[in-house]
Amino acid sequence: MTERSHVSVDRLSVHYGIGKSLFGRGGVVKAVDEVSLEIPRGSFFGLVGESGSGKTTLGRAILNAAPISGGGVRYVDGDVDYDVGNLSKADLKDYRKRTQLIFQDPYAALSPRMTVRDIIAEPLEVMGLTKTRAETDERVREIAAKCRLNLEHLRRFPHAFSGGQRQRISIARALVCEPKFLVADESVAALDVSIQADILNLLKSLQKDLDITFLFISHDLSVVAHTCDYVAVMYLGTIVEMAPSRELFESPRHPYTKALLSAIPSLDPDDRGKAQKLEGEIPSPAAMPPGCRFHTRCPVAEGRCSTDVPEWRELTRSHFAACHFSE
Amino acid sequence: MSVSDALISVKNLTVRFKTDEGLITAVDDVSFDIAPGEVLGLVGESGSGKSVTAKALMQLNAGNTVYGEESRITLNLDDGPIDILSLRTAKQLNVVRGGAISMIFQEPMASFAPAITIGDQMVEQLLLHSSMDKKQAREFSIEMLDRVGISDAGRRIDQYAFEFSGGMRQRAMIAMALSTKPKLLIADEPTTALDVTIQAQVIELMKDLVDEFGMAILFITHDLGVIAQTADRVAVMYLGRVMETGPVRDVIRTPAHPYTQGLLNALPKLEKLDVALTPVPGDIPSPLERPPGCVFHTRCAKAKPGLCDVEVPVRIPVKDGHEAACLLLETEMEAAS
Repeated sequence: MTERSHVSVDRLSVHYGIGKSLFGRGGVVKAVDEVSLEIPRGSFFGLVGESGSGKTTLGRAILNAAPISGGGVRYVDGDVDYDVGNLSKADLKDYRKRTQLIFQDPYAALSPRMTVRDIIAEPLEVMGLTKTRAETDERVREIAAKCRLNLEHLRRFPHAFSGGQRQRISIARALVCEPKFLVADESVAALDVSIQADILNLLKSLQKDLDITFLFISHDLSVVAHTCDYVAVMYLGTIVEMAPSRELFESPRHPYTKALLSAIPSLDPDDRGKAQKLEGEIPSPAAMPPGCRFHTRCPVAEGRCSTDVPEWRELTRSHFAACHFSE
Repeated sequence: MSVSDALISVKNLTVRFKTDEGLITAVDDVSFDIAPGEVLGLVGESGSGKSVTAKALMQLNAGNTVYGEESRITLNLDDGPIDILSLRTAKQLNVVRGGAISMIFQEPMASFAPAITIGDQMVEQLLLHSSMDKKQAREFSIEMLDRVGISDAGRRIDQYAFEFSGGMRQRAMIAMALSTKPKLLIADEPTTALDVTIQAQVIELMKDLVDEFGMAILFITHDLGVIAQTADRVAVMYLGRVMETGPVRDVIRTPAHPYTQGLLNALPKLEKLDVALTPVPGDIPSPLERPPGCVFHTRCAKAKPGLCDVEVPVRIPVKDGHEAACLLLETEMEAAS
């Protein structure tokens, strides 16, 4: 753990047992497998990968919302230093206040039977952070204004709002208890492009104003490139490459990162057919390929890739990758 | 393009829905043609009316739909034109639905029946739309599955949709849609639910199949990158109206309409990491409160009060085949001439 780390993940695993019956032993799904990373304080840390790569599970395990099977998560913030897997009841309550999650779908995340004011106020009431209704209202109005919500809308119900406005309500709800660490799980994926840019700019400005550390989970590399300071690329439960954002997008070293970047449809109609095509699909995490997990789809794989697990190495300063061929 | 060259010609299409809250206009005076073998991209955000437009081509919109009186959709087949909106009976519609026009959807899991094998579903539609018998239909279906890159198609054909991965389901959907040899394929966000690597594979596959089968495609998506990689021409929709249309290179490189420009500026680009993202200001208005005049004026940075909120712009030519519906462009061009 370095001095600047806000959240430090050390060889964290989340394994789920499947198909266990009275007579059989069943298999194990390694959703997250021995992942280590340091999330610097005040950073916008991106986590990218295809569906099934384990990025959501990793985000949830950090928030103590998925069962940790091995390794640990350390959370250091001012005077607290938590081992997230082993929190006492009182500490867990405090941890819940310090960390929050913003979901993908603003249509599903908000209760249709509550007014916007009640939706935003609920965390305060549940955690008992305010004493009087007036104090709650004050906090709600303050955060709603920060999230650029129209204060007159607080009395309305969510159905009256568009996707972008709803996502601003979700963000206000997540921020109302003044968390210091936020996991944004695909928080702009369901939004239209014209709105997406607005929400991204809002998240960036909130991060600066309120001094929050973000773990930004996304499948969209262009979005991550534009918002994040650091990026980790996940594949089948492990991190294959990690670097400061600009470095990663300008000189990707892992073949998977290169393939992901090249698969993004270019806006230039003359680039047709130039995409480097990745064969096949992500294997099932219940039947993990031996050696390098990516070798079944890797365009440069050789014999040893199917037997030897590649080492996680620092190639240049703060640029890590796990590939036999990335020098 | 004259009407007779076009495979399908949509003229002044207006679609409204009867609801408890009144008539909602989903598509407003939309016109476009698609030539045989051409790929037309239809781009727009949610609520722009792109799916409703596509469904109108097969009369798939719900029972509360009211088509405008001026609306005409003409499908030119070898044995004469068909006026699609005048078709009434299921038998008449079968010529179009699944016959001359096929459709693939965004979510292939929701498009396959969960309790019938993929094979049975493919065979059923071939029995309906071709003269094949059951055995031929099955063999042909296996051939098609193989063609779209599903390995071990002979075994896979007897599986259910849940046994396929997302990418495979979309491939199977494409195989099914193409097996009746349609003249026009409507693809409604076919790659949106897929991962980028799988999306690239599916786009590649669709391009190969266009070359091989020579059908035209109406490709609906919100992703301008996908359009740039697939379409010949593009039409940009906003709140039920076509704002701009033209060859894909012209529209993406030199967009004429402020909305298209706004969309392109809002898009995060990997080549330009230093450029800040500029959102299109404001939110999409509710369909119950359609703005008067130019529907985009409430969010347009260049809108002129007294003009844009009063007059409805018509599409004017910018360049060969490139048209935009913007009043400011109109005044600009008048001043120049």
